[in-house]
Amino acid sequence: MRSQSVGWLFLAPTLLILFVFGVWPFVYVTVISFFHWNSFAADPTMRFAGLGNYRELVFDKGFLMALWNTLKFGVFAVVSQIILGYLLAQLFMKDFPFKGFFRTIHTLPLMIAPVAVGATWRLMTVPGLGPIPYYLDKWFGYEFLISRYVGQAFLTTVVMDIWHWTPLVTLTLLAALSSMPKEPFEQAQIDGANRVQTFWYVTLPMLKPAILSAVFIRLMDAMRTVDEVWMLTGGGPGAATRYIGLYIWRVVFPKTDYGYGSAMSLITLYLTIVLCWLLYAGLVARRDLRKPE
Amino acid sequence: MTRNRPFLSILFWLVSSLVTLFPIYWMFIVSAKSRVELFGAPNFIIKTFFSENYIKTLTDPTFQKYMFNSIVVATTNAALVTTLALFATYALARYKLTGKENIFFWTITNRMAPPAAFLLPLFLLYTQVFVVGDWKLFDTRTGLILLYCVFNLPFAIWTLRGVIEAIPSELDEAAYVDGAKTWQVIWYIILPLAKPGLAVTGILTWVFAWNEYLFAATLTSVHARTITTGLAEFVTVTGTNWGQMAATAMLTLIPAIVFLALVQKHIVAGLTFGAVKG
Repeated sequence: MRSQSVGWLFLAPTLLILFVFGVWPFVYVTVISFFHWNSFAADPTMRFAGLGNYRELVFDKGFLMALWNTLKFGVFAVVSQIILGYLLAQLFMKDFPFKGFFRTIHTLPLMIAPVAVGATWRLMTVPGLGPIPYYLDKWFGYEFLISRYVGQAFLTTVVMDIWHWTPLVTLTLLAALSSMPKEPFEQAQIDGANRVQTFWYVTLPMLKPAILSAVFIRLMDAMRTVDEVWMLTGGGPGAATRYIGLYIWRVVFPKTDYGYGSAMSLITLYLTIVLCWLLYAGLVARRDLRKPE
Repeated sequence: MTRNRPFLSILFWLVSSLVTLFPIYWMFIVSAKSRVELFGAPNFIIKTFFSENYIKTLTDPTFQKYMFNSIVVATTNAALVTTLALFATYALARYKLTGKENIFFWTITNRMAPPAAFLLPLFLLYTQVFVVGDWKLFDTRTGLILLYCVFNLPFAIWTLRGVIEAIPSELDEAAYVDGAKTWQVIWYIILPLAKPGLAVTGILTWVFAWNEYLFAATLTSVHARTITTGLAEFVTVTGTNWGQMAATAMLTLIPAIVFLALVQKHIVAGLTFGAVKG
């Protein structure tokens, strides 16, 4: 009745755009990563390098440091967001006055441009202006200076990320919680399960797909955080908060080291995929072994 | 189950809302004060609104251009993405296409990739490959609009999927039996029924495009710079003019706040990326 060709015609523009601006760059970056290519170097032409760029990467202290810092940042931020997001989602499941209003407020940070988020937190923490350093000093005599102390800078980027992205986790888990059937909970109550047991054996297994998708989305986002951190710390002090995206962007662009930058981009991409795959295998597969469904 | 204590729960949500809103409120305070007033202990109350920060930003021709670019890029992108995604999703939902589940999944992988991995190849493509004579895609609004499709199209398709699949296909079938053409089915049946979903998709797409910074900063230099790049320039160029920076940031986040108020009811399905069927 209806021909397939019309369907393909409808899909064609979308596929074309995704191909030209999504697949082509990916192929391009893969090819370049096997070449030495630096347009500012003495020899600005492309020379085949084989795995040279990748070999160099393994010994690049700056890159490895950035990778490690990014991972630390991602784990701290995402774990806190999942816990906090779950608690808020559970609280939003209850009925209370002005619920819609409070939910809107708690969604707000999500809509703000990352650059503006960075600006906001810079204004909160900049010495001589921001309330955080002022009151920490006044009340506790604690010196708060993210342009000097590595730990404080790291912590501030994590707190900023939590502030910005917890709403996403809350919304994801809230959607999952509200679509859950009631029967298992009633059954658990009849069977005399206490709160901890209900959470561990009923809520958690049913919530797992939602938690997993929240972890994946957030982890992938955290691995590519650039804008906020760039605005907040500029990657400093030193290179302490120069997370991987920032590292690739700030270190490679001024140097125009295209081949090396490509290899770095690809490795980051693969590491993100591998990380998500490992998480998936660890969290889902093990569960399936224990309790086949 | 615990007893309902409305007073306690309201108190909790008030405190939690304060924590959430405080950084934005503080930015607003800074934006409404002159340089001199900002010295000394933090003051959380505005006595006089120092409008010069806003006026200076709004009357700056460079900033006006950035703002204009942002509006054009976000609006065109949202319109383009919503239209293309409507057709693509309709095709994927209603036609028996070979490998359509793979296409669905493939579209979303486009969104997963860290942009840092694409900055470099895109920069090279824009400056050296997508070039016709003197014209290059680099530093054009068109370049940004097309590029933003890469992460907005998958989002729109995944959000609209649920919307279109919720429209019973019997409606289409009945229309086809009555002799309707495909465009008539889409125009008279799908479009009216999918309108709320399309609106939410369009608005969120708009906000994503408006908020984007990294690509805009890398793939433009002078003519096509957007408001987010302008805000970032503030920090690096002017350094410590905090009042004006705060005013610029406030201007950047106003559309987001307005749109949030518009779509807040539908936002759960939209922002969670269709990951959870709510």
